[in-house]
Amino acid sequence: MVWSVSAKEAASESDAVRAGTRRVIEIRLHSRGGQGGVTAAKMLAVAAFLEGKYSTASSFYGAERRGAPTVSFTRISDHEIRKYSQIRRPDCVIVMDPTVIDAVDVTEGLKPGGKLLINTENNIDADKFEDYEVYTVNATKISLDFDLKVAGAPVLNVPIVGAVAKMGIVRLDAVRGAILKMFPNEKNVAAAEVAYKMAAML
Amino acid sequence: MLLFAPYILLAFCGAAAFCGALNIVVVSMVEVLGKEEHGGMKAEKREVRGARWLAAVPEDEYVLKGNSACAGCTAMIALRYALKASRATGRKTLLLVGACCMVVCEGVYPNTAYNVPTLDTAFACTASMASGVEAALKSFGRRDVNVIAFAGDGGTVDIGIQALSGAVERGHNFLYVCYDNEAYCNTGMQRSGATPLCARTTTTPSGKREKKKDVPRIIAAHDIPYVATVCPSYPMDLYEKFKKALSIEGPKYIHVLTPCPVSWRFPTSKGIEMGKLAVRTGMWTLYEVEHGVFRLSAPSRRVVLNGDVLPVEKYLRAQGRFNGITDEEVERIQKIVYQELERLKEATARRRLW
Amino acid sequence: MQEEVVFVTGNEAVARAVKLAKPNVIAAYPITPQTEIVEVLARYVESGELRSEYIHVESEHSAMAACIGAASMGARVFTATAAHGFLYMCEMIFWASIARLPIVMANVNRALAPGWNIWAELKDAMAHRDAGWIQFYTASIQEAYDTTLMAFRVAEDRRVMLPTMVNLEGFVLSHVMQPLRLVDEAAYDEFLPPVRIPHALNFERPHTLGTLISPEHNFLVQYDNNKCMRAADDVIAETEREFEKITGRRYRAVMKYRCEDAETLVIAMGTLAREAEVACDSLRDKGEKIGVLRLRQLRPFPKAFAEEVKRLPAERFIIIDRAYSSGYGGILAEEVKARLYDLGIIKEVKSIIAGLGGQDVPHEALEKLFMDKQGGETWYGV
Repeated sequence: MVWSVSAKEAASESDAVRAGTRRVIEIRLHSRGGQGGVTAAKMLAVAAFLEGKYSTASSFYGAERRGAPTVSFTRISDHEIRKYSQIRRPDCVIVMDPTVIDAVDVTEGLKPGGKLLINTENNIDADKFEDYEVYTVNATKISLDFDLKVAGAPVLNVPIVGAVAKMGIVRLDAVRGAILKMFPNEKNVAAAEVAYKMAAML
Repeated sequence: MLLFAPYILLAFCGAAAFCGALNIVVVSMVEVLGKEEHGGMKAEKREVRGARWLAAVPEDEYVLKGNSACAGCTAMIALRYALKASRATGRKTLLLVGACCMVVCEGVYPNTAYNVPTLDTAFACTASMASGVEAALKSFGRRDVNVIAFAGDGGTVDIGIQALSGAVERGHNFLYVCYDNEAYCNTGMQRSGATPLCARTTTTPSGKREKKKDVPRIIAAHDIPYVATVCPSYPMDLYEKFKKALSIEGPKYIHVLTPCPVSWRFPTSKGIEMGKLAVRTGMWTLYEVEHGVFRLSAPSRRVVLNGDVLPVEKYLRAQGRFNGITDEEVERIQKIVYQELERLKEATARRRLW
Repeated sequence: MQEEVVFVTGNEAVARAVKLAKPNVIAAYPITPQTEIVEVLARYVESGELRSEYIHVESEHSAMAACIGAASMGARVFTATAAHGFLYMCEMIFWASIARLPIVMANVNRALAPGWNIWAELKDAMAHRDAGWIQFYTASIQEAYDTTLMAFRVAEDRRVMLPTMVNLEGFVLSHVMQPLRLVDEAAYDEFLPPVRIPHALNFERPHTLGTLISPEHNFLVQYDNNKCMRAADDVIAETEREFEKITGRRYRAVMKYRCEDAETLVIAMGTLAREAEVACDSLRDKGEKIGVLRLRQLRPFPKAFAEEVKRLPAERFIIIDRAYSSGYGGILAEEVKARLYDLGIIKEVKSIIAGLGGQDVPHEALEKLFMDKQGGETWYGV
């Protein structure tokens, strides 16, 4: 990590930004309190980190309550990330709970052509999201099939992160590594792999 | 905050002589009061007992001559005997002193009158600083130290009660001593939670309208191993309770009633007498609560159990702080004292304070 | 040797640093957004990984009082707080510095109520700039960790003997997760000598701490205090160089980013300075000669600041403040202006008040604010 950057060095980094090589991928996750959105954001960041990238994970903390819509964030870059502000124009949006779509505008600020992942068991109205590259996965079913539960509720973060790998944001082997680091259980890895297979672009 | 006593000059003249001559004072008081109250043989027996006890008290002095206590300060007697009792346990002493008269009594930098390592604390935090001291000693693996925290009634029943409650709840191994002169005497006698009903203070010029807060009972409700009340007028009781407290592991609390001649406005030579009167009228009761078991101490036993109690008027009329008290007010206080004695009688039967 | 890297929050990073320092006593009270620091430390102590006495105090006033009690006995101590907790311990904050006790505290900066607000603002710490504490302001999780590690050595240095606080902004640093490079325990043990407080209480030669002090002596105590605070500036620089030797990570009181040829110099602390760097990159692309000068320490106010400002060619200064002194101005802005006056530098100064109460300040907004040629004071969002 470079702490004091000379004008020359920084200029070359700036060129890199222009060339797109120093891009920061910004991801926003929508979930409901208690579904593991923060953990999913962290898992993604760890996966990116295991790929040798720099990443940060955070969440918007408010007066939290179980079941309320929440957002979490992951930033991934080849360089140290110096942005601490909230993500306003994400490259990718992940909707862990489809009922959130009715409550908040999940695509707000999403860049045209940006990636959108929705956990759903039904078909999605593609017209509604025509500006974006939409993926779907039935993460809830996968979670229930693998009996991934915390306090009786299905854990969605593992299959969701598996599906994100399908979108090309992080590699599947990095996702595997992240899961094993955070929840060392082969069952979780298997669930993520199934989600990877099941996730499909509209 | 409240460090500068208006009495500091007064202090320099009288205190040293008084403290130096304390042993004699104590003996002669036993003598005087003993003879007055019980006459002949009994008094002689008490004198012998007193002398024998005195011989067993360590001669080492940890409160040095030249300290800045006011003449006739009874709190100093409590501190002096507390430190001697600590010496008698064979362990070392670490003293903490809250912002109160006892800080003033140390004297001014670069001098100090206390011959033990002493940490002066801010007003609200005597107990919490003691927690830190105790934790540090524990971390160093030192088990040969008595941590004694000394604070006034203002620093204990008012501003410091949260820290005290927290510290005893956490179970630190230390002795907390509240010396209670029933007002902010260090700053010229303002009302505290420990000021008794009807007492005139500079902030209650027509008399306090509420009764005294019963902090020993509050601390006993924390279920700590040892709580006791004492008074320097009964030095043997005081000394033995300090010694016992220091022999027990865990948080200990001793509440000392220390009549203050300056603030209570009585002659300098009458401090011991005033404490005796407090006990004999039932205005102050000596007891201990050891591992939850309540026990009256000898001087209060006959007051509470045998009804051998003097009228409160005798105590009230002897002090300037009750000047102008009406007969109705005296009667009201008397009624409250009788109720309190009744409660203590029941407590004795149940062997529980609360 | 393989360097260990973990992925943690700012709070956990601080707790991990404290674990390496092995304090004798930890006394702390939980408060959002600091809570995780004390939770993690309590876990370390209960599991036996950290052999500290942990005092579960009933308030922050007691937390600092207990730290003072323990340090007066010669112990290494640590506490952590935020916002209201910090203000509640205010009396003891001043006490700790006058008593010259090398207490280390993490403060997770947060705004003040009423109108409960748990988000970042620096006022809690900056309002205490006259309290006699060394104050560090960090801008990444790695930096919060590294600075905590250095803080123990600085505070306990015989030439300093002053309490030291490490500030990290609430949520933006305390709750964000970033990769953290850990320092090797053996290397750190060598870096941080055992604590020795020369005036600690002892039983061999009893003395009293904190007795009455007359007007003939009191000012001397304060003079001494100031002398050591000034000496701390050099000790900090020395410590940062030593730290660089074992970690390769370079910290300085003044961190420069593209300053050398900058016509406009942005001066800021904490994460807003890092966000300003992103804005700076973008403006550089547009041909603007702009740089960011980040202050890592407010007290002692670094000598290096004067040296840099004298040397650098900037003609215009923009100061970002995440704290405000009502009826006066941005606190950092006023500090900087006073320094510039000392140096005889009369140049254009613009003060930006931004990020109060957790206000989100994206780099795009900073870019606009930097380009706005109007001087004086600007409140972002007003």
